[in-house]
Amino acid sequence: MKLRSTAFGVTGAALAILFLFPLLWSAWASTRTPTGFGLENYRRLFTSDNGIRVEHVVNSLTVCALTVGGTLLVATLGGYAFGRFTFPGKNALFLLTLAILMVPYATILIALYVLLEWIGLQDSLLGLSLVLIMFQLPFSIFMMRNAFEAIPKELEESALIDGCTSFGALTRIMLHAVRPGLITVGLFAFLTSWSEFFAPLILLNSTSKFTVMLAVVNMRTASFGAIDYAALEAGVTFMAVPCLLLFLVLQRSYVRGFMSGALRG
Amino acid sequence: MTLLAPARPTVLPSAPPRRKRNKQWIGALYAAPTAFVVGMFFVVPLGLVVWMSLHHWPLLGAPTLNAPENYAGLGDDELLRTAVWFTLKYTVVVTVLLFALSFGLALMVQHRRRGVGLLRTAFFLPAAVGFASASLLFLGLLSDEIGPVNDLLAGDAYVSWTSGSPNTALGSAVVLVLWRFAGFNMLILLTGLQAIPLDVYEAARLDGATRFQIFRRITVPLMRPTIALVLTLMITGSLLAFDQFWILTRGGPDNSTTSLVMVIYREAFIELDLGSAAAISVVLLGVLVVFNAIQLGVLRRRSQ
Repeated sequence: MKLRSTAFGVTGAALAILFLFPLLWSAWASTRTPTGFGLENYRRLFTSDNGIRVEHVVNSLTVCALTVGGTLLVATLGGYAFGRFTFPGKNALFLLTLAILMVPYATILIALYVLLEWIGLQDSLLGLSLVLIMFQLPFSIFMMRNAFEAIPKELEESALIDGCTSFGALTRIMLHAVRPGLITVGLFAFLTSWSEFFAPLILLNSTSKFTVMLAVVNMRTASFGAIDYAALEAGVTFMAVPCLLLFLVLQRSYVRGFMSGALRG
Repeated sequence: MTLLAPARPTVLPSAPPRRKRNKQWIGALYAAPTAFVVGMFFVVPLGLVVWMSLHHWPLLGAPTLNAPENYAGLGDDELLRTAVWFTLKYTVVVTVLLFALSFGLALMVQHRRRGVGLLRTAFFLPAAVGFASASLLFLGLLSDEIGPVNDLLAGDAYVSWTSGSPNTALGSAVVLVLWRFAGFNMLILLTGLQAIPLDVYEAARLDGATRFQIFRRITVPLMRPTIALVLTLMITGSLLAFDQFWILTRGGPDNSTTSLVMVIYREAFIELDLGSAAAISVVLLGVLVVFNAIQLGVLRRRSQ
């Protein structure tokens, strides 16, 4: 038994180091300069011709805010509808929403590119956000429906008897009860919209509309000469740190929500 | 699979019918935003991609009907043929390795003991980083210029892992995907493992079953739905690979690591031929939908 637990400890530690090493290396490499350590690479990241500009950060934050806000709004209302009401076409709409998972999004982005042009949202952050919200919906609706279903019926009924409308019951009582679900859905929407690459690559054309992710990848793909690897790792670290921090802070509710909600089916 | 909401009355039995009908409308109203987003940005594009595939559809300019030319043209596309083979090969390699690694990790951290929480976090952490960022990270990590890998593995010999030869390029992408996705799949498998009641193991142990027998006869059969879900995610994800090759290998050397989705992108935005891109999309879509439907069907039958 002693031997087995030592073996477990050694293997576990070795694997953990292997998994953490690239992240730590990237942070380390991003601060390495020819003469020691410093923020030289980050300065190049933000000032070189192909690097990140303030407008890219603003674009990214705009897309994140629109996507997280939009996903939370649509998924809360939708989850409430699917979890608490019966209405014509309910099952059909629910299955259709889940079908988004079955249809890989890379295959419909060509069509979305044309569609957004028709409705005047081509090369627009709003158009990109709407598409990202759609991609988030299967997971989010499923999650929120389960969260609303899990609330004891008495809680809602007591509010309705007290004279609340269903919307009043939702905002005053139910929202509080589904908070873990909201955190998971919001976190997922943020992580996706902050780091998404393929959708913005297709839907945004002009460099001034680029998100940070596009701008950083552009440093690699647009450079015909030597790649500035150190600045690239600075870009990777800049992109990764918000995600890692947010994940570590919200890990508990994220993993709990993930396990109880999304995979119950 | 309990995907469908159980149809249960959400109104008190004594409620008058009119109130019930009212409530139906309110429910539909709450679902309206979902219906709009799903309809406008999923159903319409789905129809549109089929429609586009029947046309000569230049990036700029008016489309004209040319069916079935886009589909007929796919057969002669040399790059497409290479990409299909490469994508299939990549899918098999990644699915086998990623599944073995994820399952191994899940078994390792399934019981609560000291340090398990830390291990789970460590394995999952790469999944919090965006995939494109992870690809750039590995580009640096594997580079000769600043990466430590060459110093450790190749000694003085210069090896370009990401573009030296088709095999090292593929290998680089596979290692990247293993690192980025093993923890995520471990978490899903862990959910399945923990849903198996402990007394089932207990009973088997009392009957004198060995560890291996328990694993083969109890763990694997009871995990079947979760395993199917994980395999579906892996296969679908691999068939749609883009970021890792676009960023890490740029499809090279000599187009040897050009994936299917890269060909779609190339047709649309480099050849400026949206019709052909749509046709490839439709074929890929059809294959995946059929594959997923079979998978779901098998899953349903087995779980009944």
